[in-house]
Parts: sequence; structure tokens; C-alpha cells
Amino acid sequence: MDSDLTLDGNLTLDGNAAAGVLAEVFVSECTTAMTRCDACGAVEMVGALKAYVQAPGTVLRCRHCESVLMRVVRGAGSCWVDVRGLTWMQFSVATPGRSSGADAV
Amino acid sequence: MSVFSRGFRGRRQEGPPGRVPPGQYLVDDFPVLSAGPTPETPVEEWTFTITGDVDAPRQWSWEEFLALPSETITTDIHCVTRWSKLDTVWEGVSVDTLLEGVDTSAEYVLAFCDGGYTTNLPLEDVTDGKAWVAVSYDGEPLEAEHGAPARLLVPHLYLWKSAKWIRGLQLLAEDESGFWEALGYHDRGDPWQEQRHWGD
Amino acid sequence: MGRLSWQPATVTDAFAETPQVRTLELDVTGWTGHLPGQHVDVRLTADDGYQAARSYSIASAPEEKGPRLTVERIDAGEVSPYLVDELRTGDRIEVRGPIGGFFVWHAGLGGPVLLLAGGAGIVPLAAMLRHRVASGSDAAVRLIYSSRSLGEVIYREELDRLATHEGVDVVHTLTREQPAGWRGFGRRVDRELLAEAAWPASSSPLTYVCGPTAFVEKVAGSLVQLGYDPRTIRTERFGPTGR
Repeated sequence: MDSDLTLDGNLTLDGNAAAGVLAEVFVSECTTAMTRCDACGAVEMVGALKAYVQAPGTVLRCRHCESVLMRVVRGAGSCWVDVRGLTWMQFSVATPGRSSGADAV
Repeated sequence: MSVFSRGFRGRRQEGPPGRVPPGQYLVDDFPVLSAGPTPETPVEEWTFTITGDVDAPRQWSWEEFLALPSETITTDIHCVTRWSKLDTVWEGVSVDTLLEGVDTSAEYVLAFCDGGYTTNLPLEDVTDGKAWVAVSYDGEPLEAEHGAPARLLVPHLYLWKSAKWIRGLQLLAEDESGFWEALGYHDRGDPWQEQRHWGD
Repeated sequence: MGRLSWQPATVTDAFAETPQVRTLELDVTGWTGHLPGQHVDVRLTADDGYQAARSYSIASAPEEKGPRLTVERIDAGEVSPYLVDELRTGDRIEVRGPIGGFFVWHAGLGGPVLLLAGGAGIVPLAAMLRHRVASGSDAAVRLIYSSRSLGEVIYREELDRLATHEGVDVVHTLTREQPAGWRGFGRRVDRELLAEAAWPASSSPLTYVCGPTAFVEKVAGSLVQLGYDPRTIRTERFGPTGR
């Protein structure tokens, strides 16, 4: 990662480049979350999506059909996240442990 | 509290008084911002359309569009990502010219573009000599990454309103948020009032 | 406050790798360690409050002192010329991280591991290689590293030393200028070079590709043509080359 780029190209990076802005708001690591593109059905990790970072926000698009999957906008005191382009996200979480009897059936 | 970095200034430059809105810094180059792949619509397939809340839609081919009276505009531009550029020179067709004779009660417009980008504006922000559809920059046809063949130019608002790769204007009775306005960005975007985000 | 916040960092050492590239060793308040391949955001603040932030890969292994960052000077950039030319030992900057879980390899993932670096794309891959050796992992690791000339090879002597370890191979290619008697490759990484120097697709390596966008596109595309499963290839694009 080396983001000190000249602003003269049509720059696309990998979803991994959005890791920082997503980590500001999500407790789980987002770049290893799986996503499904609602337009074409492609299933990919966030880190493998196509990232447009030289814009007023970060735009993550499908590598297969270019649909907008996620958008993140960082304001002074707010961060907006749009996931309309996704059918779902799947996060890795810890396996639930067995509780000590409190879960009465 | 921030840690100051000894001797760090960045690439920004000071501007002449009164020319640079608050929170903005001057640049010499012309940064390219894009939220998607650069559309490359051949001019033979390009049209410009006025649609929506109008008596009858209008449409121009590229050739017809170039035959419209055009103006040279010298203006400062301000991007919400905090760079400003002074005395940029454009050539384009005034939106007033495009709306001539259009009968509408609409108060808003939604600019729509190749690649799916949209941005919304009050009609009064694109009329009375405030907005153009530009086809050239600095004496040359627009470059693809700067919006070729044509982009909106609304220099008194933040540059995300000056939609690249524009294909037309939809006139609307009710305001309808565009690509960035639907996700945190201000509906109007006046740089002198720092209208960057919702609530600014 | 989100789970990422800016921390003061003091430069404890700074040294040139090549004329364009410099390594910074940092002491970061509250640093809790990292995984090889992760990056940090670096923020600079001018005396009037103007700020600029950029992302840089972590070069060091988790086992080493640091973190260390290796930064290439992008002449038209805003942050890297300051980091490469101005910053001195004892100076303070701000850092947040570590960031990113996608472009990561650690010993627990095993091998074989294929690393493909273009230019400064070596940085996160070198962190993986250093970790492979420092952790005592026996995963087979092969690095194919493309540079323009011998003088632009980052970490050259260290890579030579790492390559003496059992199971670690380092293959160089110099795309623009090869010294007399050069025995490595002398061309861009393409399908033929990969067929010769990488492992066959049948060995199913975990593959990490990092470099300028054109390098990553070419290499990842060639690997898929050679039968690599796209799901085992992780890429990190740097954007256009700076020069």
C-alpha cells in the first residue's frame, strides 16, 4: 500500500484500500467479509472488489459487472455507508460457545 | 489534539484574498476524480436530452449541439476534496440556451450521465448565466477523464455538481438526490458556505 | 471514537534503501502488533492545521522492532517527499493501524506461498518473508521480484540472506537494465516467466501480488491463464507508477 499518488490517472485499487475507512465504523474486519453482487450474483471478498478512492467518497464496484456495491463517505462528524448494491455480506465471527444452562429451552 | 510535523507544508498554495473559499487549497494541476470507469461514448452515439417535467422533450445530436451558440467561460473551480483551481477556461453552451422555449413548472433538475452518475440542482442554480454544458477546456476538446465529450459546468457550486460525461437534464417538480447527495453530500454545495455534507 | 484512532509515533531510525526509497522505524504509542501484509495510515499536520493522510504498507515482521515503513518518493506526491527527504530521527508523526485483513499472510496459513512483487510492491511481501523466517515456519515461500534495475532493488542484501534459508527462494527480474554477467531474468513478469519461475498451478500456492496496477493486472491475468485458482490469488494495487 502506497497511496501518495499523483492525481492524474483513472485510478482503481483493490477493496483492501477501503480497509481503513471501514475499520473506523465496523467492529469486524470488513476486507475479509464475503459479498454478493445484487446485480450479477458474483461472490467476492470486500478486499477483492474494485475500489475507486479518488472521489468525494470511496466507491467499491463489482469486478465482474462494474455495479456499485458499496459507497462510504466520511464527513466531519459522520460516516455514511451505502450497501444497496449487495445482496448480503458474510462476516467471520467466533463460534458461539455453549452457555452454562442459562439458555433454557 | 494533533502532532505537528516539523516543516510540513504539503503541496497547497495560498490564493489571492477573496478567491479561495474556506477550507480550500489551490492546485496547479487538474486532479482527476472518478467514482467509476471512464465512459467512452463515441460522439456519433452521443445525444443531449432535456426531459422530465417539460411540454415536450428536446434532443440534440453531437453535431446539432456543436451548432448551438457557445460561450467562453473563465472561472474558478472548487472541489469538495479541498482543492481549488483559479482562472480555468472553458467553452460550452449555456443551460439558458438549452432551456430556451422549454415550458416547465419544474424547480429542480437532475443531471444524468454515461456511467450512471447523477447530481441534483435547483433550477435557479443552472439558469441566468450560472451553468454551461462544456465541450472544451483550456482550448482543447475535453479529455476522457475530464468528462468527454461534454460535462456540466456549475462553477459557483462544488465541482461534483459539474457532472462529467453528461447526457441530459431531467426537470423535476420535487428534488431528487443524486449519486453523492444521496449519501451524505449536501443538496446544494455552495463552497463559500462550506456546504459539504448533510446539515452543513 | 471508532476502533481506529490516530496515535503519535516517533521516528527512531530512518535510512535510505535506494535513492528514491527510504525506511522509517517508528515507535508508536499503544502499538499492539500487526500481521504481515497490513498497512497503516500516516497523517502529517502543518503548523496551521492543514493535514494530509496516506496509507503505507508495514515492512517489518511482527517479530521485529518497529513497525517499520518503507516509502517510495512520488515526486508529485504530497506526503512521500516529506517522509523520504525531510523526516529525521526524533521527529513525530501520527499513525493509525494496523489496517486490513485481506492482504495478509501469517505462518498459521501454511504454504506453499508465492509472492510476486513489482517495484515498491515488495514492501508488504517482504514483511511476509521476514515473518516466515523469524517465526520458524517451514512453509515453502518463493518470491519473484521485478525491478527496473539492480540499483532499484529494495532490500537486496537482506533478500539474499533470507534466500539462504531452507524453503525460501528469491528470483529477481530486471526489466530495464541488467548488469554485465546478470544471471537472473531480464524481462517483465509474463506468462512465460511465470511458467518457468513460479510453481505449477497444481501445487496450489497461496499467491500474493503487489505492485503498480499494470503489473498486478498482467501478473494476476497470467496466473489465471496458467490455471491458478483466482480465489487463491490476492492482489494489492498501488495505482500508477509514480514516475
